[in-house]
Amino acid sequence: MARRLIPILLALAVMGAVTGVAAIMLVFLGQDWDDALFWILAAVMLGAALLVVTMRDIIRCGLAMIVCFAALAGIYVLIGAPLIAATQVIVYIGAISVLILFAIMLTQTKDAPSRLVFQTQAVPAAFASIVIAVVIALAVGATDWGAVAKRIRLATDALSQLLFHDFVLPFEIVSVLLLAAVIGGVFLAKREPGGPS
Amino acid sequence: MSDNLDAYLVLSGLLFAIGSFGFLARRNAISMLMSIELMLNAVNLAIVAFGAFIPALGAQGSVIALIVIAVAAAEATVGLAIVIAIFRNKRTPLVDEYDAMRQ
Repeated sequence: MARRLIPILLALAVMGAVTGVAAIMLVFLGQDWDDALFWILAAVMLGAALLVVTMRDIIRCGLAMIVCFAALAGIYVLIGAPLIAATQVIVYIGAISVLILFAIMLTQTKDAPSRLVFQTQAVPAAFASIVIAVVIALAVGATDWGAVAKRIRLATDALSQLLFHDFVLPFEIVSVLLLAAVIGGVFLAKREPGGPS
Repeated sequence: MSDNLDAYLVLSGLLFAIGSFGFLARRNAISMLMSIELMLNAVNLAIVAFGAFIPALGAQGSVIALIVIAVAAAEATVGLAIVIAIFRNKRTPLVDEYDAMRQ
């Protein structure tokens, strides 16, 4: 019984921490809702991404990936692109996550969670990724992008006009690419008659 | 912070770094594919942020992000099919045991 309560308590603790941080930011630091939402969604997204790359049980990695994609969809809404957020929810959470979870269930052996998670190059890999993050941050800070200081909210009709008029050739090419990928995926994962089991 | 392009770009860079760490360090092939998805999402966030903060781009950033999402779906399909095909032959999802080309 106590073991069953641990995840519930953990979830309550996380929700309480998020609410507390939001309350502190709104009441004491005098920031507005957008900033509080930005920090909360960014923290949830980065935390879920870290769980994806470090957790031992790969099913939980897949579920953490769904949380990461959902937080990213929230950031898209915050940034002023609700259509991209809807596409993110439909394609990533609805389709790709289910595909990955099915692939996990098809390919994992029973002793897989007890095996070593990381390769021997994990420490150099961590060092390299920290270097990547620092270099990107420095480059972002040093460059003048010519950006305005206010988000431009995106009108969906302007986007559809652009997508189905100016970008119609890439759109059609992507549809052909998706068809080719579906056929290729079915062909690759198909079991040959008389092949190995 | 939420009205600042740099914040979104640094966030995207951090997500990309986490994804690259997962791709380099994990042993499981599907974990590596999940890390690739994280990196694609990071790039998508950067593209949408550019589109939302630079007026000259207009809605083009969002169109490019939609196309990137579709290509990422195609990539995930083919990649997972390849992993399943290899698993059927080698009986393991761990990439450092795929050493048939080494001998």
